[in-house]
Order: sequence, then C-alpha cells, then structure tokens
Amino acid sequence: MTENHELRVSKIQNGTVIDHVAGGQALNVLALLGIDGTRGETVSVGMNVPSDRLGRKDIVKVEGRELSQSEVDVLSLIAPAASINIVRDYEVVEKSRVVRPETVSGIISCPNTNCISNADEPIKARFTVLSDGVRCDYCDTIVREDEVAANLDVS
Amino acid sequence: MRQDHLISAADLSREDIEAVLDHAAEIDANPAAFRQRHAGKVLGLCFFEPSTRTRMSFDTAMKRLGGQTVDMGPVESSSVKKGETLADTVRVVEGYADSLVLRHPSEGAAQMASEFVDVPLINAGDGAGQHPSQTLLDLYTIRENAGLDDLTIGIMGDLKYGRTVHSLAEALTNFDARQHFVSPESLRLPRNVRYDLHASGSQVKEHTELDEVLPQLDVLYVTRIQRERFPDENEYRKVAGEYQIDMETLEAASDDLTIMHPLPRVDEISSDIDETDHAKYFEQAHNGIPVRMALLDILLSQDR
Ligand SMILES: [Zn+2]
Repeated sequence: MTENHELRVSKIQNGTVIDHVAGGQALNVLALLGIDGTRGETVSVGMNVPSDRLGRKDIVKVEGRELSQSEVDVLSLIAPAASINIVRDYEVVEKSRVVRPETVSGIISCPNTNCISNADEPIKARFTVLSDGVRCDYCDTIVREDEVAANLDVS
Repeated sequence: MRQDHLISAADLSREDIEAVLDHAAEIDANPAAFRQRHAGKVLGLCFFEPSTRTRMSFDTAMKRLGGQTVDMGPVESSSVKKGETLADTVRVVEGYADSLVLRHPSEGAAQMASEFVDVPLINAGDGAGQHPSQTLLDLYTIRENAGLDDLTIGIMGDLKYGRTVHSLAEALTNFDARQHFVSPESLRLPRNVRYDLHASGSQVKEHTELDEVLPQLDVLYVTRIQRERFPDENEYRKVAGEYQIDMETLEAASDDLTIMHPLPRVDEISSDIDETDHAKYFEQAHNGIPVRMALLDILLSQDR
C-alpha cells in the first residue's frame, strides 16, 4: 500500500482533472458534463480510490478539454467536494472548487410525474438550488441531495 | 402586490394579503361603488379540469366589477383535445383578455403559463399544488370570525394532495398562527410545504387524531379525503371515517370554534352541524365574490 495513489490514473498532458468526487459518482460526473467518449477525447476514470478526505473517492481526467467554471458548477450537486485542476503540459495551472449555482436547468428531471415540466410543453425542467438539495421551479417538489443522482436527465 | 401574477400563496407577503382582505371588506360594504370599475375589460377563464364553483365565482366577480368574461369551454371541445400545448393555448387566449384565470390538472401549470403571458394570470388550482385565491377567501373568513393573529387552527383531512391546504398553510406563516395538521399517516403534508413551514419558523404540529387538539382550536378547517387516494374501498372507509365530524365530536370543542371547508363536502361534516354557529363554510364560499373582486381589481389596476 505504499504506491502513489495518483499513479492509479495516468497523468494527462493537457485537459481537466476532476478530483475528490464522492466514491461511485464518476460516471454521473461524466454524464452531467455530457462526456460520453463519442467525440474521441481520452477519458480516464478512477473509482473508489482511497482518500484521506473522503475515505473513497473517484477521479475523472479528461484529455484535451479545459472545462469552464460554469460547466463544472453543476457537479456541486452530486460531488460537492470536487476540485477542478486545469492541466497544461503536465502542470496544474489552475485549481478551483465547484461552486453551487443558484439554479440548474435541463440537467435534472422532476421526479413528480404529474409536474408540467414532464408534459409535452416547450420548457426545460428548472430547479432552484437549496443548501441540501434542489427544488422544482414549477411544482415545488424538493429533490434531496442524495436523490439528485437518481434524477439526472442526461441523454 | 409585488408581482403581476398570483401563482402560489408562498409569493404573498402579509402586506399583500392584508391589502386584498382590506379591499375585499371595502367592496363587501359597498359593492355598488365598484359596479363600473372594470367596464370594457375581459377576463379569460381557462379551466382544463371540471370546476363549476371556482369558475362561477370568478365569472361573477368579474361581472360585478362591470367587466366581461370569455370561457374556453370544456377541454373536450377545445384545441387542447387536438394536442395543443398549454403554452400555446395561453398565448392565444391572452390576446382575447386583460387577465387570465387558469385551472389545470398538472402541478406547476400556472407557473409555466405565467412565463408565456404578459397579462396577469391567477392560479385557480394546479393539480395537487396550490389554490391561492381560495386561500385569500379562507383568510378573509378566518379574519372575520376568529382573527388572524393569536390564532390556533386545525387543518384536517387530505393534507398531501389538498391544494387548498398547501396554500393556506403557507399563507398562515405570515401571521401569529399555531397550525395543527390532522391526517392519516399516508396523507401528511408533502415535503415542500413542510420545508417552508420549518424555514418560516412557524409553530407547527402534526397529529393523527383530532381529539388531541380539538379543545384548543379557534378554527377547524376540514377537507375531503378522496376515495382514489386509497388502494381499496375498505381501507378508504376505515380511514375516512376517522376524519368526519358530527355533533358528538363537537362536545369537546370550544363554544367559539369556527368550522370551515372549501366545499364541496361529501360526508366529512354531518349536516346537523350546518345549523350551529360553528358552521361558516357557506359564508366562506360567499366570501369568494368580494375577495376575488378585490384581487381582480388590484391585478387589473396595476401599472404594467
Ligand atoms: Zn416539478
């Protein structure tokens, strides 16, 4: 157990490393970012890597793409402890934490099947972010933090 | 009011509520003075769900202000049947009217519709969501009979799906009211209403039996428990039977207890109570006219 944890996932030359993702959420992180590998980018994922801070954490590395703050903020809903590292030429040039957005739109679907956002109307589901979950702007249904991952609307 | 639309009771401040109730009292005292107030204006009635009562109440209120109404008629005979979206329907009807009233079976329908129109829109019920104009007339009735501050109120029945309950509970957080919620375990308040009550710091208690709180109540607000909320007839009968009141129930109540119900009732309140001074549900229904006149007058008079 003396090996460097970082070596479990290979280093990247240029791109974004999303670290300190709650264990088991890496695939949801990719889904939320709309990364499915079809655009040819190199993506590596480490799951359930031992971590001092989280016990077990996931790491996601995306080669050749620098994610913007607004792109990653939505991750705060499923991975509030995540840190974002922008890498250029193998060096971390920028490090930041995810910040909770005030609202999220089109990313989570409302679990209330009778909500107007689930009807065939020209709107996207929209939620106001609370301290411990999100609330549907249409029907007021509250989705707790631990339920967000199960209601992701990513296709 | 701070906003052009009335979508949820949670949007109403104490000042908003008092402005409507005070204006309703003014109208109630001298309705003739408002007879021509909105002559030439048209109110659009969009009811996507059967409701003779609320529709008639808005229709009458608008006409007593000198205005007129247009009604989209039953859903079966409208464009909705042909698959038109609600967003399209309200944008079309907006062109015919100075204000819209919307009743729809989906939660959030009024919020969505309000994002597509510029005229004031009133939510007259969105599924199991909200029914804020009912709340204003409920508050008017409570104020007349028991007062809105230092109030102890029991709200009983279907608290989970009852939109009048959700709106009333949210609005009462603006006042010094102790709220007791009485319902079967399976029909307790939904998470979002609970969240708001908690966040407002209101005094709230939940009960499964009325006797636990009846003696201390100033107002008992009864709602109907519907058959379709239960998997089978026996279960429904057993549960619903526990939340009905009759003369015997009232032996434990205060002499000044005010009993309210948004109507229609089935058998939640036995008819012998109608003759007592406790019964205020018909007065409550009648209050719908001055209160909706006041609401329409305020919304139609706003500079936009
Ligand atoms: Zn919703």
